[in-house]
Amino acid sequence: MPKIVVDGISYEVDAGNNLLEALLNLKRDLPYFCWHPSMGSIGACRQCAVIQYRDEDDDTGRIVMACMTPVSEGTIFSTDTDSAKEFRRDVIENMMINHPHDCPVCEEGGECHLQDMTVMTGHRNRTYSGPKNTFRNQYLGPFIDHEMNRCITCYRCVRYYSDYAGGVDLAAFASRNNTYFGRHQDGILESEFAGNLVEVCPTGVFTDKTLSEHYTRKWDLQSAPSICVGCGAGCNTSASERYGQLRRIHNRFNDQVNGYFLCDRGRFGAGFVNNEDRIPQAGIRDSEGKYDRVSAEEALSHVADQLANSSGKVVGIGSPRASLESNYLLKQIVGEGNFYSGVSSKEQELTNCIIDIMRDGSVKTPSLAEVEEADAVLVLGQDLTNTAPRLALAVRQSVRNRSKELAVQAQIPLWQDAAVRELAQDELSPLVLLTSYADRLEDVASLSCHASATDIARIGFAVANRLNDRFTAVDGLSETDQKTVEEVVEILKAADRPLIVSGTGSQSKSVIEAAANIAWALQADNEQTAIMLCVPECNSLGVGLLERENSNTLTDLLDSTDTISTAIVLENDLFRRASTQQITAFAAKLEQLVVIDSLDNATVSLSDVVLPAATFAETEGTLVNNEGRAQRSFAVFEGAGDIQGSWQWLTNLGKALSREGFAALERIDSVTAECERSNDLLSGITKVAPTADYRVEGMKIARMTHRASGRTAMRANINVHEPKQPVDQESALAYTMEGISGPRAPLSAYVWSPGWNSNQAVHKFQTETGGPLSHVNPGIRLIEPAGNGSPQERYREVPQPRAAGAGSLALIPRYHIFGSDEMSARSKAIAELAPSSYLAIAPETAQRLSVVSKDGVEFTIGNRTLQLEVVVDSSVDDGCALFPAGLADTLDLMHQAQVSLQKAAGWTPRTTTQDKLIAKE
Amino acid sequence: MSAAEQDLIQALSDEEIGEIEKEITHLNGRKSAAIDALKIVQKHRRYVSDESLQAVANLLGMSFAELDGIATFYNLIFRKPVGEKVILLCDSVSCWIMGGVDIREKIKSKLQIEMGETTPDDKYTLLPMSCLGDCDHAPAMIVGEDVYRDLTNERIDEIFDE
Ligand code: SF4
Ligand code: SF4
Ligand code: FES
Ligand code: FES
Repeated sequence: MPKIVVDGISYEVDAGNNLLEALLNLKRDLPYFCWHPSMGSIGACRQCAVIQYRDEDDDTGRIVMACMTPVSEGTIFSTDTDSAKEFRRDVIENMMINHPHDCPVCEEGGECHLQDMTVMTGHRNRTYSGPKNTFRNQYLGPFIDHEMNRCITCYRCVRYYSDYAGGVDLAAFASRNNTYFGRHQDGILESEFAGNLVEVCPTGVFTDKTLSEHYTRKWDLQSAPSICVGCGAGCNTSASERYGQLRRIHNRFNDQVNGYFLCDRGRFGAGFVNNEDRIPQAGIRDSEGKYDRVSAEEALSHVADQLANSSGKVVGIGSPRASLESNYLLKQIVGEGNFYSGVSSKEQELTNCIIDIMRDGSVKTPSLAEVEEADAVLVLGQDLTNTAPRLALAVRQSVRNRSKELAVQAQIPLWQDAAVRELAQDELSPLVLLTSYADRLEDVASLSCHASATDIARIGFAVANRLNDRFTAVDGLSETDQKTVEEVVEILKAADRPLIVSGTGSQSKSVIEAAANIAWALQADNEQTAIMLCVPECNSLGVGLLERENSNTLTDLLDSTDTISTAIVLENDLFRRASTQQITAFAAKLEQLVVIDSLDNATVSLSDVVLPAATFAETEGTLVNNEGRAQRSFAVFEGAGDIQGSWQWLTNLGKALSREGFAALERIDSVTAECERSNDLLSGITKVAPTADYRVEGMKIARMTHRASGRTAMRANINVHEPKQPVDQESALAYTMEGISGPRAPLSAYVWSPGWNSNQAVHKFQTETGGPLSHVNPGIRLIEPAGNGSPQERYREVPQPRAAGAGSLALIPRYHIFGSDEMSARSKAIAELAPSSYLAIAPETAQRLSVVSKDGVEFTIGNRTLQLEVVVDSSVDDGCALFPAGLADTLDLMHQAQVSLQKAAGWTPRTTTQDKLIAKE
Repeated sequence: MSAAEQDLIQALSDEEIGEIEKEITHLNGRKSAAIDALKIVQKHRRYVSDESLQAVANLLGMSFAELDGIATFYNLIFRKPVGEKVILLCDSVSCWIMGGVDIREKIKSKLQIEMGETTPDDKYTLLPMSCLGDCDHAPAMIVGEDVYRDLTNERIDEIFDE
């Protein structure tokens, strides 16, 4: 560790670092703009200037940029000599020449890095009195507002958007005082990760449009640490509320998971919490079929009566979007044998297969941070950008490892971002995409091909065999596929840290098995091999672990011939799990359907009793992400009306029924503990976060900032006496500004540190910039491979090639980041970008059916005849038809393997303009 | 490449495509030819329209925004139509001392246009330019390919009467 001297004090710092990071790691302040821990230094803003001295006798020194200056033994710097301070103050004064100084109406105000840095440098008086530049702002879509006048030309936005996230439609235009950051014309930003601009831009150029609708300053928001429920990646978020509504989602740093970035589904997809379809009150259907509003107590005693006096079996249907605790409690109430996992047998089979591979296999599942380290990635049948978006962003970083290798060889420090990029030019680490349709990662893929799930699995099995001949060989591969196999084998063999990615996306167990075989075959020669398998929902893996020993699925229940009189459905719209026909028939046979859910949906409409459930924002619970990491999410605010967490409804129901063990359940902590005790696989979930009685120096952790001045004014128009704040019994967090916050708190509701009002404050919470948070648990991994590293050949069943032609097409779900996920799709901004339903087919198929794009096709599923609009897409394999997954009118297609199409007679083309996210052609 | 993208490439003449491809052979990577390609298009069409820019972007495997970022960085790549000849009139300090402002007013009244405008007959576009490196013969300007030095009102009349 080299010793350096800064302002006369000597420090030991990490070798190879730059001075800016070294100083921040020492928890010293130095202003900066363009440097970003995930993007390195480019020396563009000149804000981090310090004086460097040649030696002890040098008393003038020279100005250097701290972010561009390596620390080495004996270097001497000063940050606080007058010349350094003046320089930094002048830099900011220059930046502010064209700045509108509109903080009072700027949505960045109060959490603005530019404000913080201006104060830090001491620039107070404006001397410039000339005219300022005025730019025209652009429409950038439903997520982000644009106010270019506030730009200070730090280039962070384009470096993030293009260099980091791979976007191509945001650029820096013109030069000097005219430099403009935006699109070449108004339009929706194409990147699925554009929302991070809100946090990356140090000023108010890019701001959150969904927050803007009901704007609240950061200091007036009430926040809690939360986990995104948008997909299985489990990104950490800081969710914020005001006036009983969820106002925004910000990134919450977790060095193992999402780092500094979220996807736009996660950031803008939580609006469903405020949806007008929220169920505020319990309801019981009367004899005329209408719901009567009833109190929570009445509803509970009614359900308890029904259960106690039920003539037939009482079953519980769980859900992969509900917490471990809620699923566990429902299971306890109905009894092990009467609990059904809430997903189809198909989905459960896939999830189980994934758990087998992760647990009993020999290959490690990486964290998202480790994914970025891979030097060759093979994706089998999973559309990452649209199913686990943050993982796609991590894979996109992995292809840069080649440039990092080159930089290390050339002795260029990795934080020298421009130099590293310049050196590598277009050299990328290999990424192979074997998917069913064109993928958004294709621009950085070294090889990509589109095939049906069966063909992908066959290629995968063949790759494993070519890597290690103990694995089953595949007969009858086409010559092209054979060539692909050889190429993939070469790539994987040459890699030091190969990563295989797959998941449930293609709905094919064979694809997942093929991925495992490849990983195991590689593992024999390379212990650094990793495998990442994606599950569809925020707690798919958690429920999979909970139900590991239980083979009961929703399909089993629907097929069962038992007389079932009552079913309790936990946060699950069954119409998304099985065909309309099956669910309707099932519901018709029941005496009582009890639904616990947050938003009205088709299943709720069939219920006899509905209990209003909290969303993630109003309750707490434990979720397990697709890496097997258990993480706890906390209530941001109390639900309105009778809304309670599902686990609370179920705890009370269990008590009302005097079920064994329920009397002792006090708070969620006791439920989590019982849940952990019930299942070895869940061991560790109680340690994920501090319990409700945790105190720091006798204090709880504040959800509000200590400047939450507005609280007293919130209801002043009604009554100047401020009502008592709710008391949180369930967690170590408090609904007040009293209590601790900041780096010492073991739960970080929001980031703030003296002088650092913006999200940049996070470096005060980290052990080092970009490193782990010093006091916060990053979650606990529940699954580690048990295998001893020896390759095993578990999977031998190579799928047979799909019989060609015969007029029927293989149905393949195409996932949409905006639209396919149930809950986020019910957020206004997301719904605006969701596609309308369609069926995408290959040009050859279209020709045979004599249809062109925008024509209609017709087909039957069960007893329903459906019509959909055609999209002709050359990236689709002939013989396949893609439908958008998860849209209301295509749900039934999920349970169908094939369709026979014909041109729809009397089709009137849709007049919407919403084709933007569907295939280009 | 989609049919639509193919069509756009056709928006460049074969000659332009040929010249651009030739530049590419001298360089490392197609994108490196961005500035040369823009200059080639401008040579043939006087300016780079949105359609041409999109066509060049497709040809080089770049996005519109990426290429436009480069095009707009350089003030001698014209993104709006210009006349047959572009007048680049120096507005820097030596020329200013030597009466550049008068010359500017003279040209404006002679051609009946403001700075940044094109004459109705499409002959000239008048743009400012910083120091032509001809300070010893200030005031100076470039018209098309030719440099004119030691400008006076009479010289302006002569030049534009020709
Ligand atoms: S828009 Fe924001 S991030 Fe981009 S250059 Fe301007 S200040 Fe920096
Ligand atoms: S990747 Fe998944 S978990 Fe992460 S922010 Fe996006 S939707 Fe949420
Ligand atoms: S942070 Fe060092 S120059 Fe911008
Ligand atoms: S100032 Fe005009 S040519 Fe130099």
